[in-house]
Amino acid sequence: MGKKTGFFIVAVFLASIFTTGFASAEKIIIKGSTTVLPIAQKCAEAYMLDKPDVKISISGGGSGNGIKAIIDETSDIGNSSRFIKGKEVKFAMDRGVYPVPFRVAYDCIVPVVHSSNNLENITLVQLRAIYKGAIKNWKELGGPDRTIVVISRDTSSGTYEVWHKKVMKKERVFPGALLLASNGAIVQAVSKNKNAVGYIGIGYLDSSVKALTVNGIKGSVKTTLSGIFPISRPLFMFTTGWPKGETLNFINFVLSPNGQSLVRSSGYVPLY
Amino acid sequence: MINAKKTMTVNRQFKEVWMRRIFFVIASTSIFILLLIMIFIFAEGIPVFKKVSLIDFIFGKYWYPTSEPPEFGIFPLIVASISVTALSAVISIPLGVMTAIYLAEIAAFKVREIVKPMVELLAAIPSVVIGFFGMVIVSPFLQDVFDVPTGLNLFNAALMLGFMSVPTICSISEDAISSVPRAMREASFALGATHFETIVKVILPASLSGIITSIILGMSRAIGETMVVLMVAGGATMIPSSIFDPVRPMPASIAAEMAEAPFRGDHYYALFATGIVLFCFTLIFNIIADHIAYKYKQTGDSTL
Repeated sequence: MGKKTGFFIVAVFLASIFTTGFASAEKIIIKGSTTVLPIAQKCAEAYMLDKPDVKISISGGGSGNGIKAIIDETSDIGNSSRFIKGKEVKFAMDRGVYPVPFRVAYDCIVPVVHSSNNLENITLVQLRAIYKGAIKNWKELGGPDRTIVVISRDTSSGTYEVWHKKVMKKERVFPGALLLASNGAIVQAVSKNKNAVGYIGIGYLDSSVKALTVNGIKGSVKTTLSGIFPISRPLFMFTTGWPKGETLNFINFVLSPNGQSLVRSSGYVPLY
Repeated sequence: MINAKKTMTVNRQFKEVWMRRIFFVIASTSIFILLLIMIFIFAEGIPVFKKVSLIDFIFGKYWYPTSEPPEFGIFPLIVASISVTALSAVISIPLGVMTAIYLAEIAAFKVREIVKPMVELLAAIPSVVIGFFGMVIVSPFLQDVFDVPTGLNLFNAALMLGFMSVPTICSISEDAISSVPRAMREASFALGATHFETIVKVILPASLSGIITSIILGMSRAIGETMVVLMVAGGATMIPSSIFDPVRPMPASIAAEMAEAPFRGDHYYALFATGIVLFCFTLIFNIIADHIAYKYKQTGDSTL
């Protein structure tokens, strides 16, 4: 009998600890696209500095995982570098939840080459021909007689999807293209290979590689917002239904002038 | 007095039975988990065959999982996995086995005491570090030396995987060679054989099963290795025509695409089905290793 009472007391004690634990610290869980990750990270840091009792945990895993996580409600916010797909909408309907998208920034994807490459401009048509495997040598573009090493992103990445739509016009990238798993890997590979051409989000652009102008237009904040630069896309945060409480406050923070200045400092293009 | 003795016996037996049960449960746990993982992989992978036939899946030449309509042919991925593993075996087998022979037969005791732990330390280097090394150091080096378009290719991946399987091959082979009994060695010397003849004609045949087991374990490590091939193999889904072509082995494809594949979509199922194929490969490797170890079992004094 004594044992049972003891157990009961311990259980009540533990339960009270856990419940008060939950009540005193609000928690926001963010998952999804690695493209949106730097934005979420910077905004979360600034937000937690402002409100120390809010705990925000952030992880990557890709757009698909982000949207999946808000549909099965394992996270509060799902980052995505693409809009929700038909299949995912259907999955959400089956689960009886309503995913709400918030556009938080723009991404601008620029073609990059090795810094020793003397090419300055490239047209969308030329880019498509290179990625289709029709143009195989730099001399066809007025460069030296060297094989072009075509570097692309994995076919399931959000960045590839934009490239596939805006540059390839839904045609396939030829099988001989190197598929790398991240923006960082592409910068790394292109900076080490004078034959290479790749594409990255403008946030990852640094002095180790050279960005090309596309159809004579330089990829920048200005040309993305005005819509002139041909390879750009919006980035999203998804929530399960209309956000409430701290999630709502956080989304509002991201969309506020403060949040948008953080978007700019993480290398993306702010909304305004 | 007698009563106390009896209680003690019962108590001891009770403990004995419970010890047995506890160990049984612990031993079954890992098998149970393995079983769960297998069921899960098969359950998530098999639905893809509603969309594509088994033959088209395994022998299809095009892997375009996200285009419309998608194509799920993993033949280039299978070829990539096999060719990378085979080439890495060409590099790691001579290196591993010869190192093992040197350590077990030729090296002085002090040298062995220093070199063997160092070779084993190679196994402790995280694969991501090896991958990074291949990407940053080896890849530009290959580009310059062989004048190939890209250093991220089959050869680079095989080289890195070769380094990774050397410790496995060397360590297990060395154990097998060392376990060849002194008597056999001395008998060979007594018959007038030189040290070299003894190694080639007596010691190697006697330790063959251990050496082959080590090779196959090393190769099954190479075929399942993910991070290295993801970083240095290049990732092109084509059937390679030279060893300097970029390739995309199965684990790299799964690791790179799983994160972005729509949950329970066809692409997701196809990646799990690729996992089934990979699982079958490692299973076959292990069965072969087991079979060889059994068939060429060392008998008599030299039993491992």
